[in-house]
Amino acid sequence: MKLGLVIDLDTCVGCNACAVACKQWNTSGTTGPLTDFEPYGKDPTGVWFNRIRNYEVGDYPNSKTVHFPMSCMHCDDAACVTVCPTGASYKREEDGIVLVDQDKCMGCNYCAWACPYGARELDREDGVMKKCTLCVDRIYDENLPEDERKPACVMTCPSHARYFGDFDDPNSEVSIISRERNGEQLMPELGYEPVNKYLRPREKKNVDTYVNETNSIKAVKDWVNRLVAR
Amino acid sequence: MHPALSVIFFTVTSGAGYGLFAITCLYNSISQSHPLGDEGVLLSCAIALGLITFGLISSTFHLANPKNAWRAFSRVRTSWLAREGLLAILFYPIAALYMVTIWKGIGGYNWLAVISMLSALWAITTIFSTGMIYACLKTIRQWHNALTPINYILLGAMLGGLIFLFIVSMYEPVITGLVVTSTYLIIIAAIAKIVYFFWIGTPAGPTINTATSFTRSMVRLLDVGHTAGTFLTEEFGYQVARARLIALRWLVLLFAFAIPALVLWVGVGLMPISVVFAIAVISGFIGVMIERWLFFAEARHVVNLYHGTQQC
Repeated sequence: MKLGLVIDLDTCVGCNACAVACKQWNTSGTTGPLTDFEPYGKDPTGVWFNRIRNYEVGDYPNSKTVHFPMSCMHCDDAACVTVCPTGASYKREEDGIVLVDQDKCMGCNYCAWACPYGARELDREDGVMKKCTLCVDRIYDENLPEDERKPACVMTCPSHARYFGDFDDPNSEVSIISRERNGEQLMPELGYEPVNKYLRPREKKNVDTYVNETNSIKAVKDWVNRLVAR
Repeated sequence: MHPALSVIFFTVTSGAGYGLFAITCLYNSISQSHPLGDEGVLLSCAIALGLITFGLISSTFHLANPKNAWRAFSRVRTSWLAREGLLAILFYPIAALYMVTIWKGIGGYNWLAVISMLSALWAITTIFSTGMIYACLKTIRQWHNALTPINYILLGAMLGGLIFLFIVSMYEPVITGLVVTSTYLIIIAAIAKIVYFFWIGTPAGPTINTATSFTRSMVRLLDVGHTAGTFLTEEFGYQVARARLIALRWLVLLFAFAIPALVLWVGVGLMPISVVFAIAVISGFIGVMIERWLFFAEARHVVNLYHGTQQC
């Protein structure tokens, strides 16, 4: 099995619900707590497994705002695991999930240096590295109804921008959708073979935008408007 | 990258220590005259081990959870950090064997040659693996090149050479050959560092486009999604003004290379020899400390692309 996520940048609305759901589930889960510092203070910071950034893609007027959620990519060739000197970071043989054994981690930050995606964050309170677990304590939990055995971020996404499944199965939802819509890896040139795929927004016809026209009628209108406003 | 003092001290002092040990071994086994005598060789080795130990202890201050540090030797098959740790620890028994050989005068000439070579090679390999800790990271273009371990080895050997000069000067007043060799070491180390500064000059790594998969259009950051700093911005977002970095590069060239080379070249006739070598050692250490600080401050991790940098 090769478990991972597909993230649809076309439908993601940047609401941060996935990040909040992740924080809520994992802070009380097996890898928690996700420590916060000064949560109600002036400069609140803390550990998050999932962060959403916002970009402007293209040039005005044909630009688009893209919301960009990022968590661990559970890379096939995970550099964070390769560089870990203690063996605390490991990639599970059976499903490809990359995890940190907090009992072995010495908090040297080396794995965070090796990760291009910023997926690993040091918990300065516990002194160990923490990262997305793909909700390993959810997806195998047989006490949960079968349709809830998904990562918290996928469960909660209100715009259905996140898919979870097995990339080794060519007929799984994630395989089909990333095949049909050309799911992209991030920074593929580094060669870490990230498992998570991103679907770029569908190509759409540009909408004509209002552009300031300069003709004599408009000039007169503007002049009248200014006169009235005064 | 955030320049952590613990790591700067670790790489500089342990590098100098391994350099000093290697040079002591090599000089003592190759040189026809033995100006140092057994006592001097032992003193030199002890100072080297002191520097190494100081560096290794300093490195543990970088750990957020040092009680698990003993586990750091377990992944030598994949991790350069584990390899460095193991080489550094195993260096102690080898160094001890060398020192006992000198102290007791045991074994013949052949044994001395073997143990000298082994100690010197081991010391250099350890500096090499310290450099490889950084050079193996594909995420940091300024580190991911062959010059990184070369600089580590050359700067370690250079500092070791300067300290060795100082130690030898306490036993033997006329050591022209060693001074010349040390000056050559400084020049070679300087050339390698200057090449490095040019090598990392223009951004050539991954771009914000490949990072976000939008390879056909301009991508600009609108919002990072957090109001205060995060672990990522603290660790990787460290940035210094370009003009200041350039000024510090000149300081590196001045303190690490120009002053030591100059005092060795013209100072030997003018000042007492121990003063000359002391100036060279102190200036060299200051210069290499700044060099190591710059090594971190100039490194741009690719995660900065997600925070709006266009190219790393």
